[in-house]
Amino acid sequence: MPENLNTEPAAEQTAADTATDTALATADGRIPPSPVPVASQGGDLGHDGGGSLLRQIFTGNSLVAFLSVVLAIVLGGVLIAVTDEKVGAAATYFFARPSDTLSAIWTAASGAYVALFQGSIFNPNAQTFEGMIYPITETLTVATPLICAGLGVALAFRAGLFNIGAQGQIIIGATFAGWVGFTWHPPVGLHLALVIVGGLLGGAVWGGVVGLLKARTGAHEVIVTIMLNYIAQFLLLFLLTTPAFQRPGNTNPISPLLDQSALYPLVMGEQFRLHWGFLVAVAATVFVWWLLNRSTVGFEFRAVGANPSAARTAGINVSKGYILVMAIAGALAGLAGVAQVAGTEKVLSGGVAATFGFDAITVALLGRSSPWGTFWAGLLFGAFRAGGTAMQADTGTPIDIVLVVQSLIVLFIAAPPLVRAVFGLNPRKKKTKKAAVAAAEGAGAA
Amino acid sequence: MKNSLRALQRRTVAGAAAISATALMLTACGAAPTSTGSASASASDYTACMVSDSGGFDDKSFNQSTYEGLKKASTELGIQEKHVQSKADTDYGPNLRSMVQANCKLTVTVGFLLGDATKEIATANPKSHFAIVDYIDPKFPDNVKPIVYDTAQAAFLAGYLAAAESKTGKVATFGGLNIPTVTIFMDGFADGVKYYNQKKSKSVQVLGWDKDKKDGTFVGDFKQVDKGKVLTQGFLDQGADVILPVAGPVGGGAAAAIKEANAKGATDKLIWVDSDGYLTAPEYKDVIMTSVQKTMTDAVETVIKQDKDGKFSKTPYVGTLANGGVALAPFHDFDSKIDAGTKSELDQLKKDIISGAVKVQSPSSPQQQ
Repeated sequence: MPENLNTEPAAEQTAADTATDTALATADGRIPPSPVPVASQGGDLGHDGGGSLLRQIFTGNSLVAFLSVVLAIVLGGVLIAVTDEKVGAAATYFFARPSDTLSAIWTAASGAYVALFQGSIFNPNAQTFEGMIYPITETLTVATPLICAGLGVALAFRAGLFNIGAQGQIIIGATFAGWVGFTWHPPVGLHLALVIVGGLLGGAVWGGVVGLLKARTGAHEVIVTIMLNYIAQFLLLFLLTTPAFQRPGNTNPISPLLDQSALYPLVMGEQFRLHWGFLVAVAATVFVWWLLNRSTVGFEFRAVGANPSAARTAGINVSKGYILVMAIAGALAGLAGVAQVAGTEKVLSGGVAATFGFDAITVALLGRSSPWGTFWAGLLFGAFRAGGTAMQADTGTPIDIVLVVQSLIVLFIAAPPLVRAVFGLNPRKKKTKKAAVAAAEGAGAA
Repeated sequence: MKNSLRALQRRTVAGAAAISATALMLTACGAAPTSTGSASASASDYTACMVSDSGGFDDKSFNQSTYEGLKKASTELGIQEKHVQSKADTDYGPNLRSMVQANCKLTVTVGFLLGDATKEIATANPKSHFAIVDYIDPKFPDNVKPIVYDTAQAAFLAGYLAAAESKTGKVATFGGLNIPTVTIFMDGFADGVKYYNQKKSKSVQVLGWDKDKKDGTFVGDFKQVDKGKVLTQGFLDQGADVILPVAGPVGGGAAAAIKEANAKGATDKLIWVDSDGYLTAPEYKDVIMTSVQKTMTDAVETVIKQDKDGKFSKTPYVGTLANGGVALAPFHDFDSKIDAGTKSELDQLKKDIISGAVKVQSPSSPQQQ
C-alpha cells in the first residue's frame, strides 16, 4: 500500500483518515479503543526531528515553488535597478523630475531581463534562424548536467538522505570518464559507451561509499558528502599535476582533449553545442520516475525515507537501501560529469564541475524531489545560466545577479509562510493572531 | 521585559529607517539636468572586449592587470569596451561567443584555461581578432595574438639581488600552484641565486624550489592568505631572510609574517611579483625590497591600439627585459639600504641578459615561434 508511505507531511492527513484508522484499529467498535489515540501511534519514533522539516522543505507545495521564482525575479529586478549607474544618476534629482528615475529603473530591470530571455530562449535580433534558436539549445545544453545531478540529489532525498555530495560525485565521474576518453582508443561507438560507463562507475563509487559509511557506521551523510567533495576536488587537482593527466610536453594542469570518438554526438549539427547528453538526461529522468514509482526497489527507498524504523520492521533491508540509493544517486551525478567532459568541455580541468553539484541541490529543492519537477527546475536553472552570459555581455549587468536570483529562490522555498504572506495566501495567519491575542489575554487574567 | 526590549528594538529600527529615508531625500533633491539627450563626444565604434577566467576581474593578478589595460585603452583611445566575468570553467566558450556576437573587434582572454575555448572560437570566427595573455599554443589560428612573458629574466635579477642582500645565506620562494606561469619566476630566482654563488664563490641556499626536480613548496591555490603566512613563518624559522611568494594575493600573507618578524627585531625582506608591490600593496611597503614586474597593462593597451590602427599580427608579444615587458621594480624605500656595488652589478647583469651574454633558461619560458 504505497499510498500510506507518501512523503506528504503528516500534518496534512485529514480527519477522515484518522477516523478510518480508528475504525480499523477497533474493528468498528468491537474492540475497546486504545488509551493512546490512534493518530499518535503512527510510527514516528522521533528519529528525525530535523529531517521532517527538511522533508517539508524538499517536498513542499508546487505553488510555493512557482511563487518563489516569481518573487526572486522581482527582487532581482529591484537589485538590478538599484545597482544601475543611470538609475543612481537620475535618483540624485528624483524630486525635480521623478519620471527620469522611474524610467531609468524600468529600462535597467526590463533591459536585463529581456537580455536574459534573449540569451536563454529566443533571440529575435539574430540574422539567421540558427542564431534565433541558438539560445534555447544553449539552455538545454547547460541544463543537462544540472538535471542529471539534480536527479541524484532528489533520489537520495526520497530515501531520506541529504546528498550534498553531488559536486564530488560529478568530479569523480568526470575524472573516470575523461581518463577513459583521452587514454584509451577503442573503436567508435564502444569508446563513448566506455566513457559513459566510466562516469557512472566513478559517481557510483563516490556515492556508494557514503551509503556504506552511513549503513555500517551510522556516519551522517551530510558530513561525509561534504568532506568527500573536498577530497574529490583536491584529488582531481593532484591528478592534473601528474603527467598521465597532462598534455604531452606541457605542464599546465589541463588534460588532453578527449578523442572525437569519446564525445557525445551533436544533436543539431556543428553550430549548436547541444549534444546527446541531453537525451541521456531525459532518459535518466524517465528511469528515476520508473524506479521511484514503479519498482520494488524504489518502493523500498521511499519506505526507508518515510520511516527507517518502520521499514526495518516491515522487513526491508535499510542498510542495503542506503548503499544502493547513494550508489544510484552518485551514478546520476556521474552522468553529469560525463555530460561535461564528453559534451561541452571536451577536456578535464580543475573546474570541470563548475558549481553544478551545489546548484543541483537547489534544482532538486525547486523540483520538490520529484523526477519531472527536477527536470523542469534543471531547465529553468539552465536558462538562468545561459541567459546570464548574454545579460552580462549586452547590458553589463553583473552575472552575480543571476546567482542572487537563484539564492533568493532557495530562500523563499525554505520559508513557505513568507511567500504565502507576500501573496496573501496565508490562511492560518489571522487565526494564529487571534489565538495569540486570546492567549495573551488569558495570561494577563491569570 | 522581553516586550519592552522588543519595543525598544522596533523604535531603534524605525529611527534608523527614518534617518536613512531623510538622507535619501536630501540626496534626491538635486536639480535635474537642463539639457537632455546631448550625446557625448562621438566615440569610436571600435569595440575591444575581455573575458576573464574564473578568478574574476579583482584577482590582483593577470585578470586585473589585463582589465586595467582594457580600461586604459578605452579612456585613452576613446573606444568602446565590454567585459564579461566567467564564474566557472564552463562559461568560457559561451562568454567568448557572446563577445563575438556583440561585435567585438578584439577580444582579450587570459591564461591556459581559456586557451582551448579561444582557439575554438577564433577558428570559427576568422574575422574577429583575439589576444590571450600568458598562454601560447602553436596551433592557434592567424587571428590570435599571444601575449607572453619571459619572466625568468626579471626573476633572475631578483634572485641575484636576494642572494646579495641575504645576511643568513638563505632565501626562499613558494608558489600558488605548480604551473608554468608560476614556476618561471621560481626558476629565474633560483638561477639568479646560483649565478651569484658562482660569481662570488658563496653558497646562498634557495628554499622552496628545486629547479631540476621541478618541485617545491606550493599553497595549492591563489586564495589562502593564511597559508602563505604559515609557509613564510616556516621559511623564516629555517633561517631564510628574503622571501619571494609567487601566489598573487597570498603574497600578503608572506608580507604579514615578515612584518611580524621584523617587529621583533629581524630584518627580513619580501620580493613582490606581477606588479610594483610598493604601489599596489602599499600596506606592506616597508618590507617590499623590490618586485618582479610583468607590465601586462601596457602590453594589452598596445595590442589594442595596434589592432585599432589595423596593425594586428599573430606574432606573439614576448615581454622581456629588452622591451621592458618584464622588469625589476624600483627599490623605493630600500634604495638607500642596497649597496651601490650590488646596484651596478644588477645593471651590468641586466645588460648581459639583454645582449645574451648571460643565458636565462627555464622550461616554462615561452617558446619563440
